[in-house]
Amino acid sequence: MIAAACTFALVAISVSLLLNVYRLIAGPDATDRILALDTMVINAIGLIVLAGIMFGTTMYFEAALLFAMVGFVSTVAFCKFLLRGNVIE
Amino acid sequence: MATLLEFASAAFIVIGGVFLFVGSFGLAKLPDTMRRLHAPTKATTLGIGSLLIASLIYFVALRHAAGIHEILITLFLFLTAPVSAIMIAKAHIFRHSDVQRTLSPDAGGSGWATLNAASDDPRSVDSAASPKA
Repeated sequence: MIAAACTFALVAISVSLLLNVYRLIAGPDATDRILALDTMVINAIGLIVLAGIMFGTTMYFEAALLFAMVGFVSTVAFCKFLLRGNVIE
Repeated sequence: MATLLEFASAAFIVIGGVFLFVGSFGLAKLPDTMRRLHAPTKATTLGIGSLLIASLIYFVALRHAAGIHEILITLFLFLTAPVSAIMIAKAHIFRHSDVQRTLSPDAGGSGWATLNAASDDPRSVDSAASPKA
């Protein structure tokens, strides 16, 4: 049952990542692209957690945690650059 | 009992996948940036929270492994999602004068912080380097 659910979620997240790539390429403004990148990071965390469940290992959670932190910092840095023209003032 | 927990875990995995898809679909479908901001910041956060609950149930109940990491990731994502959303919204307001004209007047009368922070902040590199400052 869990294997079937994992397969469903895997397909859903993969389609989500493709939609994010569409917005990343098509997005008319830089803020849309930042938003698409942020969503891609969240989807990637979902994929990592799913992989952890599928393979039955807790080893991947450190990777998910690192992804969450780096994704947040990069989003804020991009927005800060758009707002102030500089990241660390 | 194990079957019930397995069913709960599978249900949370499906719910998480659906909400992650809904958020990304909204990001691709909605017409402008401010509306697009809603879908990923709300729906995908709910989706990832659901996946992490599923993982918590799976590892704690079915595999008897410690589950502190899921709580950490959930806490971190739930704290950072609103912050990144407001940063993107501020950047969007800053870059578009047509959006700025639709803003309601602020209560203090000093203008929106997003718009006047860059010019008169004493720590700003620009004002420190300019001759009049």
